[in-house]
Amino acid sequence: MQAEPVLVAGLIEACRSAIAANTDHLCALDCAIGDGDHGINMQRGWEAVSAEAAALTGLPFPDAVERIGMTLVMNVGGAAGPLYGTLLIEIGRELRARDRTEDFPIVLKKAIDAVARRGRSHAGDKTLLDVLYPVQDALQKCSSLNDIAQQAEFSANLTAAMKAMRGRASYLGDRSIGHVDPGASSCALLTTAICRYLGENHPQ
Amino acid sequence: MSGNTANVGIVIVSHSPLIARGIADMVRQMVGDCVPLAWSGGNVRGELGTDAGGILRAIEAAWSAAGVAVFVDLGGAETNSEMAIEMLGPPRSARVAICNAPLVEGAVIAAAEASGGASLAKVVATAEELSP
Repeated sequence: MQAEPVLVAGLIEACRSAIAANTDHLCALDCAIGDGDHGINMQRGWEAVSAEAAALTGLPFPDAVERIGMTLVMNVGGAAGPLYGTLLIEIGRELRARDRTEDFPIVLKKAIDAVARRGRSHAGDKTLLDVLYPVQDALQKCSSLNDIAQQAEFSANLTAAMKAMRGRASYLGDRSIGHVDPGASSCALLTTAICRYLGENHPQ
Repeated sequence: MSGNTANVGIVIVSHSPLIARGIADMVRQMVGDCVPLAWSGGNVRGELGTDAGGILRAIEAAWSAAGVAVFVDLGGAETNSEMAIEMLGPPRSARVAICNAPLVEGAVIAAAEASGGASLAKVVATAEELSP
């Protein structure tokens, strides 16, 4: 098993670069059904996390995850900031409360439920939850990293057929149908980046 | 603004710094200095958007022992305000309420109510009567 500082630094860079490479794509998705800034907001957030990487790698893993969440809250803005922030803050807190890493699917479930409460959303509302719940399900079933990443991409694409029930996109009603949700898309990008990094550097 | 006043504080949150500041100006003109008042508008760079850290600072700036009523425009403003209230931490977080009311009318009528020394619950209820 790798030392945690290396793991934290690698995950941060994987997420930062995945968002940076797709900033324009995420903004284009957001232009279709939102206010067009999701890519820029996410990029600002992950650049801020990256700027803190040296300090974050010195922390115990749960503390690092929680602080990454808080940095996202303070820098992403929009609705994505508090949603991604809540996810990571809750993962950090839940991990700290346990010492068994095999509990991670339960930890993730609790964190996703917290995101759902924060956004007052459910699966099927065309949000990042439509990626998070299937990813958690795949994790629970001990799917391979590759399968989890594929599930995330597949689930993000399914949001195209959904009608937005929350956020700016919900004001569009039926006109939101036919577009992939930007939050679901960034969530799939991050999931894929994390799975790829772990697959290459931290084999199961 | 300090916590010395007995009146409920008012916080305006908008995606637009111009809107937030403009409404705060209106409220100030209505009630003068007797209501603690602060605004947060825009993201961390001052562009259109919302900023949980900025909202937290606004709540602290408008803090009153009687509590604080927060007025928001669109979804992200509400979600970030909830996050900011959580970051404020207990026991103060229990004395901050996000009002389900129109931003301009809600803030003005709430400030008028607050200026008369009404409780947080009364201030919130008066503003929320404006909602359909």
